[in-house]
Amino acid sequence: MIEGINNNNSDVKMVAAPPGLEGQGFFATNLDAVIGLARSKSLWPLPFATSCCGIEFMATMASTYDIARFGSERPSFSPRQADMLMVMGTIAKKLGPVLRMVYEQMAEPRWVIAVGACASSGGIFDTYSVLQGIDKIIPVDVYVPGCPPRPEQIIDGVMKLQELVKNEPLRRRNTPEYKALLASYGITVN
Amino acid sequence: MSQYTPLTKKIEDRYNEEIRLRENEDGSELSILNLGPSHPATHGIFQNVLLMDGERIVDAEQTLGYIHRAFEKIAENRPFYQITPLTDRMNYCSSPINNMGWWLTVEKLLGIEIPKRVQYMRVIIMELSRISDHIICNSIVGVDSGAFTGFLHVFQYREKIYEIFEEICGARLTTNMGRIGGFERDWSPAAWAKLDKFMVDFPPAWEEFDRMLTRNRIFMDRCLHVGGISANRAIEYGFTGPNLRAAGVDYDIRVAEPYCSYGDFEFDIPVGTAGDTYDRFMVRQQEVRESLKIIRQALEKMPKEGGFHADVPDYYLPPKQEVYNNMEALIYHFKIVMGEIPVPKGEVYSCVEGGNGEVGFYLISDGSRVPFRLHFRRPCFIYYQGFTEMIKGAYLSDAILILSSLNVIAGELDA
Amino acid sequence: MAITKEVISEKINSKFGDAVKVDADSLDYTAVVIDSTKAHDLVKYLRDEEGFNFMTDVCGAHFPDNDKNAQFAVIYHMHNWVDRFRIRIKSFLDGENPVINTVSDLYLSANWQERETYDFYGIEFKNHPDLRRILNMDEMESFPMRKEFPLEDQGRTDKDDRYFGRLPQTNNLPNN
Repeated sequence: MIEGINNNNSDVKMVAAPPGLEGQGFFATNLDAVIGLARSKSLWPLPFATSCCGIEFMATMASTYDIARFGSERPSFSPRQADMLMVMGTIAKKLGPVLRMVYEQMAEPRWVIAVGACASSGGIFDTYSVLQGIDKIIPVDVYVPGCPPRPEQIIDGVMKLQELVKNEPLRRRNTPEYKALLASYGITVN
Repeated sequence: MSQYTPLTKKIEDRYNEEIRLRENEDGSELSILNLGPSHPATHGIFQNVLLMDGERIVDAEQTLGYIHRAFEKIAENRPFYQITPLTDRMNYCSSPINNMGWWLTVEKLLGIEIPKRVQYMRVIIMELSRISDHIICNSIVGVDSGAFTGFLHVFQYREKIYEIFEEICGARLTTNMGRIGGFERDWSPAAWAKLDKFMVDFPPAWEEFDRMLTRNRIFMDRCLHVGGISANRAIEYGFTGPNLRAAGVDYDIRVAEPYCSYGDFEFDIPVGTAGDTYDRFMVRQQEVRESLKIIRQALEKMPKEGGFHADVPDYYLPPKQEVYNNMEALIYHFKIVMGEIPVPKGEVYSCVEGGNGEVGFYLISDGSRVPFRLHFRRPCFIYYQGFTEMIKGAYLSDAILILSSLNVIAGELDA
Repeated sequence: MAITKEVISEKINSKFGDAVKVDADSLDYTAVVIDSTKAHDLVKYLRDEEGFNFMTDVCGAHFPDNDKNAQFAVIYHMHNWVDRFRIRIKSFLDGENPVINTVSDLYLSANWQERETYDFYGIEFKNHPDLRRILNMDEMESFPMRKEFPLEDQGRTDKDDRYFGRLPQTNNLPNN
């Protein structure tokens, strides 16, 4: 107990332990639950920032709205070392193959957040050159609407993804639904 | 989904020819490196295919268009009020400047006079967004040379500017600010209070940021004599804005062709000598101080009367209470929304001094509510052509620093 | 002597005669319309002898309602920094085969701007060092800024036209 610090503050929400069996010096629970908890609290983003939403992501990364509090301390630009791909901004059809390549290079487990209206559905640009939503080429887990979304909204999207990640089975890549999903996009899993 | 090939045949042939022709004494040969379009260090989506001799760059070729959103085509289908969101998204780091530039163009076409108070308010908005653009550019130059703290420190003040914009128009980044003839609502007391507080809090923070980098040995070693361009070459390449002023040419549209009452204010134009990365950084540093001077003068000299918009009932939506109670206002409201406003036929070209240079709008109107042709003169697109010349012979890491000091915004590049 | 509208119009008229005339559509700056064959010469004359040291803008336009031989236009905006004078030069080009000489040998900034004009309108610039598409995809065959080219992607099957103010067409949506 450190003196002077009030540990009875009920505003601070401690992360609840997953249901399990507790005893003297051991805690037995589901491996999936523990791994899910660990993964969700340290999602390293790959910021694929193209346009205006990228500037709001910079604001989210900066001190006022610090996304590092949520575990995204290290933005990784290498797809192999990133957990979640945050696509922020308009994706033109010219950029589609690039995005697809980046997604395919990511190692499992991987999630995708489409930040902003342009990434979710093409946004205000209903034109011949803009891809109307990145879910036309890669599977998306969370859509964050806005043009651009406020940093609080982006963080809300990350928190929703954390809920998804917490409840996911350990080896999602082997489940038939996931394989079918990737097959529908034409992405071969190796 | 087509297979992605980074090199077009012409670039590939040209480079392979160079590689074949030139072989080093120790048996090594040139190599091709693809920088982008998705790259951590390039702040934006543009691609450079480099021909490298070890770490040194021999040649470069740019590929753009990765966020081409067809703004000019969209603008041919939108009435004047709906084009402002497009102008926002060109240079999205300083979108109010683009908005104000667009309204100045429309007002030039329609021949509308703006009251002094509105002009001063517009000047304050434009200078605030110029400050926010330079905050991003200079702090990113710091980040690219390894100094992350400066970015975090000054970005808080960009949040303060966002708060001011939010008080005025409701949005932080893509502001869609203003109407034909002025602003959509008067600035609340909270907006004025936040502006005053910003003017007190920000200058010391900018000086702290300055002390961190300007005379820092490491920063100077990385930026001095890197990526220089001469004044003549810069003019030929069509440079405008801070990049041109760093090369030694004191051309600033605010002084050369004063618009929106810039002639009433006293400010200096910082000019560099060598046009290298350090000069560009220093020019932007000083421009922020000059912008603060302008805002201070505008706040002192702000006229009390004048309202927040010009008296042009043909083009400016009347307040909602009057629309519900007053027949004339109802008719004007109907006509404006349905597009039966008097628009003359003709062409105008109007430009403002944006964060990166001369942002121009060339508008051909055929009398209807949508433009017949609208062309954006985007400074980034034009001066990015000079990038190849600036990086020839430089190291790869210097090329990254040159790119970020040029402040190339991808939205403005592709439009 | 400082350049004014009258002075420069006089000089251009005396040098180019019938090939040039005043553009009545301009509401602000001095504007001239010149034959496409003489545009390069006019730009060179202005740069060398009248001190127009800056090429502000090069763009194109499409006028489908004009005569067959004046369907496309290339518009140059030039600026004299010393005398603070701007001028606009317009050249109309043929609808079937729009060709004009490049000015990228006079001003380096025109290089990419002419590529952009080619990309959008299909206007060919003779003697351009590297005329290819810049903003659109390289495989694209049509020129999208021409008036007949539609704004929206025509291949979409997921839009319900009733919400876009168009007559409903048969598509795969359930309520149609």
